[in-house]
Amino acid sequence: MATQPITLAEPVEDTPRQARRGYAGALPVLGLLPFLAYIVVFMVIPTINVAVGAFRDNDGAFTSDNVSGLFDATMLHTLWNSVVVSGVSAVLGGVLGVVLASIIVAAPATSLLRRMVMAIASVFAQFGGVNLAFAFIATVGAQGVLTVWLRGHGGFDLYGNGWLYGVWGLVLVYLYFQIPLMVVVFIPALEGLKPQWREAAVSLGASRRQYLTGVAVPLLRPAFLGSVLLLFANAFAAYATAAALVSQGQIILPLMIRAGLTSEVLLGRQHLAYAIALEMIVVVAIVMTAYALLLRRAARWLR
Amino acid sequence: MTWVGRSVRGLVLLAFAVFFLVPLWALLDLSTKQVVTGGRTGAHWKALVENEQMRSAIITSLELAVLTVVLMLVLLLPTMIWVRLRVPRANRLVEFLCLLPLTVPPLVIVVGINGVYSWVNYFLGGSPLTLTFVYVVLVLPFAYRALDASLSAIDVTTLAEAARSLGAGWFTVIARVVAPNMLSGVLSAAFIGVALVLGEYTFSSLMHFDTLPVTIVLLGKSDTGASMAAALATMLLTALLLVALSLLDRRRSERN
Repeated sequence: MATQPITLAEPVEDTPRQARRGYAGALPVLGLLPFLAYIVVFMVIPTINVAVGAFRDNDGAFTSDNVSGLFDATMLHTLWNSVVVSGVSAVLGGVLGVVLASIIVAAPATSLLRRMVMAIASVFAQFGGVNLAFAFIATVGAQGVLTVWLRGHGGFDLYGNGWLYGVWGLVLVYLYFQIPLMVVVFIPALEGLKPQWREAAVSLGASRRQYLTGVAVPLLRPAFLGSVLLLFANAFAAYATAAALVSQGQIILPLMIRAGLTSEVLLGRQHLAYAIALEMIVVVAIVMTAYALLLRRAARWLR
Repeated sequence: MTWVGRSVRGLVLLAFAVFFLVPLWALLDLSTKQVVTGGRTGAHWKALVENEQMRSAIITSLELAVLTVVLMLVLLLPTMIWVRLRVPRANRLVEFLCLLPLTVPPLVIVVGINGVYSWVNYFLGGSPLTLTFVYVVLVLPFAYRALDASLSAIDVTTLAEAARSLGAGWFTVIARVVAPNMLSGVLSAAFIGVALVLGEYTFSSLMHFDTLPVTIVLLGKSDTGASMAAALATMLLTALLLVALSLLDRRRSERN
């Protein structure tokens, strides 16, 4: 498997350097070394470090305490919160994204509306983070523009007991980047619906409803489920928005990691952060694998 | 379409527009508001350059953006061209590695990076600019896609063969023949890199470096107006970069 099959596969342009044929298989691979070394140092080693550290105590000895610590009541509750925030924002974002996407796909491809919404969606999908948290504090925070306005017009207390800094606040804020992301990833699937399929169904006597439930929905289902999974992973791993919004407390897993890394809440159990990070890798990996599988199924029809 | 359908559609679009624009408008409103009198003021926006802490954070983030883009290009561009020309069977591997940061969240990397950064700090000192190294990993998937798209649009092999047959070395082929032909891809990768670095919070906050987003959060309590101004400014700059990016993409797809 070493050099020979590779030299055979080399294109004819190599003939002038035939004298160096012995190196031809190995030498070009050396060109990849800087890149590979970089990836190993700054991505692979930290990831392995997390996986190993999850099973070590502070003295470096093997322990399963960190991982079993993931199953105590507080941690399970935090995991549940994370799943709720990611799940609800993914499903809501998915449905609303499909609504928006189908409205703009109905417009002609060259229309200003369609091009504008597409451009805006791809920008807003990247807007998660500190700035977004501040935008929502400015809107529905204690002194937010909308809160103050409603207080002055009818005395409605939008701020309430600070729901913005809890699970449902996170869902609302996450929707701001989840909906545009859904638009971006789902529009190719919608565009893949061939007009011929609709014509075929109609010419066989299908009503609009029958076309939708019998043809369009089954065809789009894998793409929809896949996109929702992508949104789930996107929200599950998001840190910056939640961290800027919720400065105290750790209602979701990423904030629990912050507590483990920075504060004294988990003093003496810093390695719990490694275990939570490992939990996160596992969840995201499962979700992304399912996403890849669904995407492959979706691609069978929609290309 | 009936007028009912049309107006329902219009109302739905309006609802979306309200949801997406009101938070931005709220940022603008609060960042220009005089707290005491309730009038308008530009003081918070002036603070972006006058507040020492804010100004140095902006400079740090801009420096990081430039360094990250440069290092990313130096690392990725020659590797990708080299793979196309000389080691095509490594194509899938490089793609897999470049897209990997999408599945390994930054938060996970930050938990495990202590060991690596104690070496970085040992060699380079504890400057915030050392964040460049992890930021390159962060922008890798997006940069890869941009570069890959423009690399696929040109006939790399023919270009390289032509240059080689005229006596060019591999360095000349990569740096002076192929790379200049990928200008739009390089620009796209640079824009998305800058946009991501300017908003990056996970690494910088947990590794305790004062970048712009960290400072925005820090000043959020004491100087809310300035924080809001900085947040809006960053969002507008990001939007500008990403719109420029989509224009580049469109020009490329029109040419093909």
